[in-house]
Amino acid sequence: MKRLMVLTAALAGAAFAENIAVRGDVVYTMAGAPVKNGVVLISNGKIERVTTGAAPSGYRVMAAKVVTPGLVDAHGTLGLTGYLNQNADQDQVERSAPMQPELRAIDAYNARERLIEWVRGFGTTTVHTGHSPDILVSGQTMIVKTRGRTAEEAAIVREAMVAATLGPGARESGNKAPGTRSKAIAMLRAEFVKAQEYRNKKEKTRDLRTETFARVLAGELPLLVTVHRANDIVSAIRVGKEFGIRMVLDGAAEAPLVMEEIKASGYAVVLHPTMYRSGGETANISFETAAKLKAAGIPFALQTGFEGYVPKVRVILFEAAVAAGHGLKFDDALASVTIDAARLLGVANRVGSLEAGKDADVAMYDGDPFEYTTHCTGVLIDGVEMSSQAR
Amino acid sequence: MSRWILGFVCSLWAYAQTAPIAFVGARLVPVEGAEIADGTLVVEGGRIVAIGPTSAVTAPRGARRVDAKGKVIMPGLVDSHSHIGGPEGADASAALQPDVRILDALDVRDTRIQKAQAGGITTVNVMPGSGHVLSGQTLYLKLRDGRVIDDLLIKLPDGRIAGGLKMANGTNPRRGGVFPGTRGKTMAMARDLYIKGQEYREKIRAANGDQSKMPARDLRLEAIVEVLDGKRTVHHHTHRHDDILSVLRLQKEFGFKLVLQHVTDGWMVADEIAKSGLPASVIVLDSPGGKEEARNMSFTNAGVLDKAGVLVGFHTDDGVTDSRLFLRSAALGVRGGMSREKALYAMTLANAKMLELDSRVGSLKAGKDADFIVLSGDPLSVYTKVLETWVDGVKVFDRTVEKDRRYAEGGEGSAERQSELHMHESEEVDQ
Repeated sequence: MKRLMVLTAALAGAAFAENIAVRGDVVYTMAGAPVKNGVVLISNGKIERVTTGAAPSGYRVMAAKVVTPGLVDAHGTLGLTGYLNQNADQDQVERSAPMQPELRAIDAYNARERLIEWVRGFGTTTVHTGHSPDILVSGQTMIVKTRGRTAEEAAIVREAMVAATLGPGARESGNKAPGTRSKAIAMLRAEFVKAQEYRNKKEKTRDLRTETFARVLAGELPLLVTVHRANDIVSAIRVGKEFGIRMVLDGAAEAPLVMEEIKASGYAVVLHPTMYRSGGETANISFETAAKLKAAGIPFALQTGFEGYVPKVRVILFEAAVAAGHGLKFDDALASVTIDAARLLGVANRVGSLEAGKDADVAMYDGDPFEYTTHCTGVLIDGVEMSSQAR
Repeated sequence: MSRWILGFVCSLWAYAQTAPIAFVGARLVPVEGAEIADGTLVVEGGRIVAIGPTSAVTAPRGARRVDAKGKVIMPGLVDSHSHIGGPEGADASAALQPDVRILDALDVRDTRIQKAQAGGITTVNVMPGSGHVLSGQTLYLKLRDGRVIDDLLIKLPDGRIAGGLKMANGTNPRRGGVFPGTRGKTMAMARDLYIKGQEYREKIRAANGDQSKMPARDLRLEAIVEVLDGKRTVHHHTHRHDDILSVLRLQKEFGFKLVLQHVTDGWMVADEIAKSGLPASVIVLDSPGGKEEARNMSFTNAGVLDKAGVLVGFHTDDGVTDSRLFLRSAALGVRGGMSREKALYAMTLANAKMLELDSRVGSLKAGKDADFIVLSGDPLSVYTKVLETWVDGVKVFDRTVEKDRRYAEGGEGSAERQSELHMHESEEVDQ
């Protein structure tokens, strides 16, 4: 029976994933120089190779002016935050306790959410999504393709990182803890101390929360810390170094003020959306931070983040475009939403560039992808045509 | 300082403003009339005095000549719906507060005003929020550099200060308590106020100039009478197709001047809007949803309305979208099918018409206010920068000046005045 199921699945896959040749006046493979008159050959959902000239026979030809890898959004809440923005479709944060790392994204991801189709129409094929900022430890994240009928079908990494927030976003109201920056850090440190003890215990009673912190401690899951103010960034790094954990700095509006400290930490940055609103802890936000991170040699990727109102979801193509309009070179801007994002997320073996053996995730455009007036004309995921409506 | 010296300084200042300046060799996008590949724009005394091909325009004697080759010059942008300056309007005590003026609340030192200048905006309709059926009187401002609000006001020929009246329907004002709980109630409350306004106006008319017969002054109804008399335009926040039609119904009953604001579902009722002859000021958002009535947001909206014959403008709704990225709205309109010419018109002259300021602003035309922007390239390109913004012939933004550049890009020192920011978030985020 099991064998029969596998066979059926393979047949179904073959039926959908046809042989496709995507031709582009320019193909940005993100693995070497752009290829003029390039052809991306695809079979069985994977990229065979990138070549030039005419497509061989037996391939359905799709043509575009510009071809890029499917875009990778390095952090959002897609699928957990529905477009209606009503209580019933918002599952990004659970307020019953300030630290709940055991909450899994896969248990909340709505694969049929309308905004998935929306962002896919602009070239997004992979999203790092999950529990949101705005509470000390909100839960886990996952990495999905923007296809699939179920969370299982969409997921490529079911448990990616543990999402935390430091600074004013972590504060609880009233007399609930944490009520200050210091308290938040003290609570987080206490959990890691507990996880160290748990790790050293011979006989373990299962405890989902401590287990998850122990996985962070073991370097299995990075801690994704949303943090904006310079002093909060430094605090995050302090905690990370104390426990020797893997950490990714998220948001980081005031990164330009502590560039040396970030660089010395070795932590990568998932930068706030370029068009993120200024105010409060993001008062000093700048359109140019992506360019500055690049110049400083700090690994980073762009994200769409979490939005509590309108627009309910941002589009990673647009955030990269505005970064490109504010000092980030075209190739670097494209990398920040393709190969650099894939590397940062640890999925560069599958997505982020057009190279032999990788998933056939491809985006097509009728001009410079970053120009506002250009359209995304086609999207493939795993070699399956997802969208051909110019958008 | 003696009066004599003060007088001398003032006359120098006036001289600096009135000396003619000729921008030579730019690509001119006049909005009214065809683009000029190699054009010259001459401004003097705060007005545009000449515009045309460089070969045909002679700069006046003594004019300062500015080489604008490689630059694009177009009219200053007109934003028909914004919340810069912290425009506190109505409070939570009642659903309709026509007596409340944001004139009495606006902070001209809010750095978002500088950011709007950095985005090329020279005229703006600043409004109170949309959480009320009627949240107060709006202000049409020129974004001059000002110390006090008076420096930014626009005085009308009859001496009044230019501005409109903000109304809203749909989900935002539907809050219960002293506010309506349903859409039907929202419109009933609005109609009731306009009927009272009509009655008040009748009493004034019946007095026929006799002060002893005049009704007691009523600040609320005075504003409504201004609307009924066509002296104050209603700017009506409305998203859903049926809400848009409710606004058109209200307008037909009372016959006031109206601009539809946001108009998210406009594309579904484009013919009805076109038939009404009323203009639509459209918002462009990066995705649908975020609120129930914005679920049908589409980049095609502006183009569909335009093709149906509606006068279409864009707005920022700042802080919903950033004033520095206002040109992006036009570009996304083009992405959604609007023509390039109409999209640029929608950023300038169309909005000027909606504010009834089109005789002064909205296009590059001799005699109009010298409100214009100098761009590094095509207005619709993501790579283009606003280099300079001029209002009344005075440069209010210059990207080569470090302070101005910081407003354009952000970073330390570009922040809003925090005192205003947190307390009134609901007023600021209006969409």
